[in-house]
Amino acid sequence: MALSTPQRSAEAAAAVLAGSASAGRTRGERVFAVLLLGATAVSVLVLGLLIAQVLLDGLARLDLQFLTSYPSRRAARTGIRAGITGSLSLMVLTAAVAFPLGVAAAVYLEEFAPDNRFTRLLEANVANLAGVPSVVYGLLGSAVFVYLFQMGRSLVAGALTLALLILPVIIVASRESLRAVPQAIRHAGLALGATPLQVAARQTVPSALPGIFTGTILALSRAVGETAPILVVGAVLSRRSDNVPWGLLDAFTGLPIQIYDFVSRPQADFREGAASAAILVLLTVLLLMNSVAIVLRNRYARRW
Amino acid sequence: MRFNKLFLGLVLALSLIATACGNAPDGEGDATGGAGDEAADGAELAGSIDIDGSSTVAPLTEAIYEEYNAEQPGVEINIGVSGTGGGFERFCGTGDIQISNASRPIKDDEREACAAKGIEFTEVRVGTDALTMVTSADTDWVDCLTTDEIVKIWGPDGVATWDQVRDGFPAEPIQVFAPGADSGTYDFMNETVLEKDVQPRQDYNANEDDNVIAQGVQGTKGSWGFFGFAYYQENADSMRAIAYDAGDGCVEPSAATAQDDTYKLSRPLFIYVRNDALAEPHVADFVRFYLDTVNDVIEEVGYVPATDEELKAAREAVEGATA
Amino acid sequence: MSEHPVIGAPVLVGDPGDRPPMSLGGRPRRGEQLAMALLALAGAVTVLTTVGIVAVLFFDAASFFREPVVSLWAFVTGTEWRPFGNPESDAFRIGVLPLLNGTLLVTGIAMLIAIPLGLASAMYLSEYAPRRVRAVLKPALELLAGVPTVVLGWFAVDFMTPVLRGAFGDERVAIFNAASAGIVMGIMIVPTIASLSEDAMSAVPSGLREAAYGLGSTRRRVVLSVVFPAALSGVVAAIILGIGRAIGETMIVAIAAGGMPQMTANPFEQVQTMTAYIVQAVRGEAGPGSLTYESIFAVGALLFLMTFALNLAAQRFVRRYREAY
Repeated sequence: MALSTPQRSAEAAAAVLAGSASAGRTRGERVFAVLLLGATAVSVLVLGLLIAQVLLDGLARLDLQFLTSYPSRRAARTGIRAGITGSLSLMVLTAAVAFPLGVAAAVYLEEFAPDNRFTRLLEANVANLAGVPSVVYGLLGSAVFVYLFQMGRSLVAGALTLALLILPVIIVASRESLRAVPQAIRHAGLALGATPLQVAARQTVPSALPGIFTGTILALSRAVGETAPILVVGAVLSRRSDNVPWGLLDAFTGLPIQIYDFVSRPQADFREGAASAAILVLLTVLLLMNSVAIVLRNRYARRW
Repeated sequence: MRFNKLFLGLVLALSLIATACGNAPDGEGDATGGAGDEAADGAELAGSIDIDGSSTVAPLTEAIYEEYNAEQPGVEINIGVSGTGGGFERFCGTGDIQISNASRPIKDDEREACAAKGIEFTEVRVGTDALTMVTSADTDWVDCLTTDEIVKIWGPDGVATWDQVRDGFPAEPIQVFAPGADSGTYDFMNETVLEKDVQPRQDYNANEDDNVIAQGVQGTKGSWGFFGFAYYQENADSMRAIAYDAGDGCVEPSAATAQDDTYKLSRPLFIYVRNDALAEPHVADFVRFYLDTVNDVIEEVGYVPATDEELKAAREAVEGATA
Repeated sequence: MSEHPVIGAPVLVGDPGDRPPMSLGGRPRRGEQLAMALLALAGAVTVLTTVGIVAVLFFDAASFFREPVVSLWAFVTGTEWRPFGNPESDAFRIGVLPLLNGTLLVTGIAMLIAIPLGLASAMYLSEYAPRRVRAVLKPALELLAGVPTVVLGWFAVDFMTPVLRGAFGDERVAIFNAASAGIVMGIMIVPTIASLSEDAMSAVPSGLREAAYGLGSTRRRVVLSVVFPAALSGVVAAIILGIGRAIGETMIVAIAAGGMPQMTANPFEQVQTMTAYIVQAVRGEAGPGSLTYESIFAVGALLFLMTFALNLAAQRFVRRYREAY
């Protein structure tokens, strides 16, 4: 073969590519595209199947009695009232702890932390925490809040555990929102004589607030559905009174915990009827929370 | 700005909903018996009671709680199912429950643990249970098992297939679903069927939760499991009970055969109440209610009522402790 | 990158870039120093959390290994797991391999499903999908990512298990089995892998694609031979993170995979994973100080080590693909 030159190589390449053109090529292309679409659709289809199954089994069972009754051994009389109030109380407390803590940490990391090794360690740390299994958070909560701090298997122990779980998520979301605020805002504040903290408190953070709220609501929506950490901390499966946010030391339950209880029972009326109806309620709540977050983002997020 | 108020409103709304849903006054903490208000006759009681222990007795206690809750909604009762052994550990060991459900009498070392802490308690016999062996609905070859056959299934050298249990059974694999080591049911089966100090087989599906055992049994052909009669009764349409031949012929488990003692796998059911808890009005009230109501609900739950003498003795013991 | 749709996947924070941090400077007002200290404290909470997790897990795990009947060797090589009752008795066994077996079996099945489906979805969404189709499919995947795992566990036991039993027969498929949990878990992980891989693929400069098209390449060739290899680091990171999620997942396996730890490769049999054991053991009444309680933390420590190592590996791969472009 003659010595290769750029021109010869280009000709050879073009020849190879041209040679592979054939009727089979177009068909192969189409098959591939259909395969990819099919694969993508599989997951969506499974989701559809799940929703269909939930509606099929649960819609009939969902009524006011179900929403306002305490659990019972008889499937026809059981209800998710305790789970609803438990989850609501947990959410209020979790938000009360995680929101200020998360925003404060984000403000520190984003605005004030010096660019040194310690800060980088903190940032890597936040990233690692987000990848820790939720059941491990439950173990942490159990050992520290339930036993060490002597809170017992109480609402506040569960809420603190959930707060630690979603803290990294809130921090990351808040940081992204803060980062989106243009430097000009900060400079303007400083130029007008404000101290850096005043700039942060009165300019930067308020500007980033819609994004921060969106991130917080999304984080809370994840916390609502978490079962493993509060199960490990000691949520009870079956409770005959309501939780309120200020009943800090009460025993507690939650909607996902009740679902877990219903699913564990052998009777079909529990496993299919009650469990699906409870799941319907949970998914609706999640949908609501996510919609609020999206509305917030779309209507109030500033475009700089 | 507007979204500030939106978010604030959301939080407020949530709190309001939580308030609206909250009914009676909260039980306070749970350490050693919640604080209770003094109650004049017929007045509202408030407080909390923590109960734990046998998963066999739990359905009975829960059924009574459901009735009691209608009368005294201010008393909050938490019922755990850690097993009879686990319940006693909390009863005298950590001391964080007031009542222990038990499907066997208290053991000597458990009694000593209580004495060591100066904890006095009252034993209350609440009924009898016909411990039931079960299998799936499609396991149609076994109706009755002798003690020796049970040892082949449950003993330390548990066999793998049914044909090794009795000639003529098919060579289907045996799948055992049974309670774990904390369970009084587990203890009782071992004491009755196995020789002293012999351990049962280790390779089985252990679960403290009898509902999960039921799930396993009903879905697996060739399964074998056991639990309190109440759990069989609740699932009678999806599983079969196995009769027990203690030497005098096959006897089916039922309330009747447990009562007249022809079914040999019957055992007493108790609740144990700490005397210091009985000093609190809501606890004493609940225990009295328990004794008054138990025979109304126990058959529906699936167990055998205690005799009138047993209940009378129990009432006297309780009154003696509260005096 | 902008806000991440899949909350829960660690979002790697890039450097703050050209913005220097502000300091209090000059003569800070009195309250400001306090305020700054509080902010820094808030940041420190995350460090405290990590320290707490490590301390709690390893402290209690150390107690476990200090017990006379327990040895590290028996823990990592034993094939029976029975840390209940009397430690002196013959029946007491502390070999963690059955739990590890359960976790890896379920994870393996999950990845068999999640990797092909996830990568295919990523390729489709980033290279093929017309805008309107993408506007439907991408939110649908995000929706899937938001389904609570207890709901997926219900789906596994109420839908997947009967389907498997119908397809393969009642005798072959146990009522609780690794396959039901694994398949549903795989579907759960698809959004994670798809989303991160898609990010990696979108980050590949269009110049590379256009050069390939310019040479007459078909779209399939471009995707498979140009985009995919270029995005490989990101894809590998996505897969590693998916594995980490599968290993740490609790509710699906607690509900559907069973409670019997055993060494098996048969996906249709019952298993018990490390996470399911933690949930089961914690509901029994073993209080602090007992060997059973300590065994929970030994398993938890092992779980943490595995997911932590995977996270580190994933971060390394993400850094590599970030740097390349």
